[in-house]
Amino acid sequence: MTDATATPDAAPAPHRKKGGSLLELDARTRKRNAAEARFKAYGVIAITIGLLFLVALLFAIIRNGIPAFTQTFLTMEIVLDEETVEAAEGSIVATSQYRNMVAEALQVKLADVGIETDKEPRDLMLMLSPGVGAEVRRVVQESPELIGETVEFRFLTASRVDGYTKGRVQREDLARDRNLDATHLDIVDELMDQGVVERTFNLAFITGSDASESRPEEAGIGVSMLGSLFMMIVVLVCALPVGVAASIYLEEFAPKNRLTDFIEVNISNLAAVPSIVFGILGLAVFIQFAHLPQSAPLVGGLTLALMTLPTIVISTRASLKAVPPSIRDAALGVGASKMQAVFHHVLPLAAPGILTGTIIGLAQALGETAPLLLIGMVGFIASNYPDGLASGFLDPNSAMPAQIYEWAKRADPAYYERAWGGIIILLAFLMTMNIIAIILRRRFERRW
Amino acid sequence: MPVLWILAIVLVVALVGFVLGRQRALSSGQGDIRNLHSLPSYYGYNAALFGLVPAVLVLAVWTVVQPLVVQNSVIDLIPESAVEDAGNLSLVMSDVRRVADGLDVAVAEGAMSAEMAASLRTDFTDVRTRLGNVGVALGSDVTQDTLRVAQRYRELTASGNVLKTIVVLGLSLGLTGLALLRTSAQFRARNVVEQGVLLLLLAAACIAILTTLGIVLSLIFNTIEFFQLYRWTDFFFGTTWSPSFGGGSELGIIPLLWGTLYISLIALLVAVPIGLFSAVYLSEYASPRFRSIAKPLLEVLAGIPTIVYGLFALLTVGPLLVSVFGDNGTLGLGWMQGGTAVMTAGLVMGIMLIPFVSSLSDDIINAVPQAMRDGSLGLGATHSETVRQVILPAALPGIVGAILLAASRAIGETMIVVLGAGAAARLDLNPFEAMTTVTAKIVSQLTGDTDFTSPEALVAFALGMTLFVITLGLNVFALYIVRKYREQYE
Repeated sequence: MTDATATPDAAPAPHRKKGGSLLELDARTRKRNAAEARFKAYGVIAITIGLLFLVALLFAIIRNGIPAFTQTFLTMEIVLDEETVEAAEGSIVATSQYRNMVAEALQVKLADVGIETDKEPRDLMLMLSPGVGAEVRRVVQESPELIGETVEFRFLTASRVDGYTKGRVQREDLARDRNLDATHLDIVDELMDQGVVERTFNLAFITGSDASESRPEEAGIGVSMLGSLFMMIVVLVCALPVGVAASIYLEEFAPKNRLTDFIEVNISNLAAVPSIVFGILGLAVFIQFAHLPQSAPLVGGLTLALMTLPTIVISTRASLKAVPPSIRDAALGVGASKMQAVFHHVLPLAAPGILTGTIIGLAQALGETAPLLLIGMVGFIASNYPDGLASGFLDPNSAMPAQIYEWAKRADPAYYERAWGGIIILLAFLMTMNIIAIILRRRFERRW
Repeated sequence: MPVLWILAIVLVVALVGFVLGRQRALSSGQGDIRNLHSLPSYYGYNAALFGLVPAVLVLAVWTVVQPLVVQNSVIDLIPESAVEDAGNLSLVMSDVRRVADGLDVAVAEGAMSAEMAASLRTDFTDVRTRLGNVGVALGSDVTQDTLRVAQRYRELTASGNVLKTIVVLGLSLGLTGLALLRTSAQFRARNVVEQGVLLLLLAAACIAILTTLGIVLSLIFNTIEFFQLYRWTDFFFGTTWSPSFGGGSELGIIPLLWGTLYISLIALLVAVPIGLFSAVYLSEYASPRFRSIAKPLLEVLAGIPTIVYGLFALLTVGPLLVSVFGDNGTLGLGWMQGGTAVMTAGLVMGIMLIPFVSSLSDDIINAVPQAMRDGSLGLGATHSETVRQVILPAALPGIVGAILLAASRAIGETMIVVLGAGAAARLDLNPFEAMTTVTAKIVSQLTGDTDFTSPEALVAFALGMTLFVITLGLNVFALYIVRKYREQYE
């Protein structure tokens, strides 16, 4: 590079090959190129690690969560003898009488399919869920015309048996168990071969209600799904109009003054306040001060609405800003007032963007857990379906993420499985919402 | 009359006002729209807004304020002795409220007549069983004092409700009438309506201020109450955290802050290198095609709810770390006793923060002017030399801002530490020990039935205050840095 200009009069001496050949890399260039390659590799490695984490997370969710959607059932016939039913209904402990009925029928069933066992009926019942007595009673009370006939029941098996068919419970684990032992599992194996015990899709997990700590096989996420739904309605009704109105004011009408600055600072700070602090706000303002009912979806929704507000404001302002000034000028030019220009022209054009932002804000609110812990949406068994709109908003209920947390806290592998399953449902909702947002954006996005 | 009914009536009044206002304007303009100052519907909106907005506002404020006023006026009726027996005033008041609600239910179900409920005496009637019969369970027998206060409470509430109904409906009707009276062809309805709408928009914008105010006030009041029960020096400088609801608990924040900072540090050690290198690669090296796939995929990590990360930490990462670093682990080190540890929570939180760091840094790196890149490349620097010696130094303030924002996220994160970090407050250097954080303790002190009077429950508000101040400080500082940096190149 330098040789060409350095010596115009004298020919370059052959021994002065300082610059070296351009075709042959010298040590320094090689070093620099190696550094370049290394640097690039770091980037690739970083992205790979990030994506690996994502894959690991999704793998863990799917592997652990899929079993929650199936459940092991035992099909058997019970003779609803009139005398026995009457005796049971007359007794104080009706469900336990029904349990005895099931136990006897179970023994008969085993004999029918040719399984010999010297176990007591009571001992055999350990294979079934503790709730079978109540289920028989429910059927009897709902349809008394069945009394005197032989009815086929499809009972939930106990969570250990269910865990065994799913491979969660191993035979070795049962050595420490005082209820179930290996002989039970032998019976289960044989019943599986006969088709009496089978593992099928369990709709009750998606639609059902939560169950007590000792009956994980009965627990479902349906009630808390409704709780989440009612909360999202509150969030939508409260946060969307207020958020859009606030953005319109700030973007279109706000004069440059102290108040406007103060509002802007507040909104940007609220966006960064940890969600748990919103929980404290909800607890102090809505429950401690305003005496709204604890654990109600209304309170949860209001708290989440306050939390979602900055998200909606930020996205609405961005989409209002994206509408070119020429639209406003044209409207003003044909005699519209400023308010008319905004409401008749700018807002409709910004609507897809606002909608997308709102859906993403709602998705965020749907997955949020921490504030719900503080306003008491955990720590109880969400077992009642709301019976009507008012009860849906005001009666204690759980929400999907809170329900998942509740299950995770119960420290039982059967409940862990349900927590993972709940996560699959939650993520399915979030994914749907995000995909809708993406489609809306693709479909209606306008480039000016 | 229930609030919902009042609201419905007000809505109907507004609707009627809209129709009447529109008609009145049209007839005043002889049915020709050109004689009107504004479009006909504006006259309708005018009447409807007048009928609706002030009435609803008054209704909302009244509904919130009335119980407080009633409570304050019956407090004088409570004798000193009752307060001493129960321990404090708020317990007596909650008794009173429960009895009053119970009487309401009893009257509503027809178990008692209204006069009977108002004149009930404990000497003649067993109030507790009678209320028990209609499904209102009371904790203890009702004293004559409580009953008297409860009856007074009911009386005041009832008259307050009647007054509320009258005032709200009167306001709605009166203002609608006024608006209708003013309606004529020359009336500048559009200007008035637009002024009103502008005020509503401003009010909506002020909700943000109200929310901040609500956060600050609810934290401050309860924190002050806490510091009246517990010395602030012990809180800020105490090195032991051992709350016991029986009393005599030590509530020092130092171990919690240590746990918070330690976990955040590990999270940042994971997230910053990965996030930063990803951002550099994506913005400087990657082809547009690769970028358009990898960037959204990384951002999926940011969209996953934290409860999922919490479960991932508790059930997947924790056991995995134990199997490597635990007593019988593959490395045979025996450092880790249980799955919940600083490392578990920190690692998972780091994963959560990767997209946060990478997107923010990506934006900032992209904001560095192209001329600086070209200049450096033109001087013969390799691409990586350009990045390291020109772009990163130029983007440094912005990147520091991004890291600070990520740090504030990490400090305020709750679910991952609640599930993944453990519950024991410790001052320890071993990252494989279980420790706990400020947020986790806020949750554990405030879940369940709390009465907001013991220092053990109130301490959560002091913790929340500390958390709020720290995250707010970090955010303001980070935004200041980022803004300053942006101005440099604009």
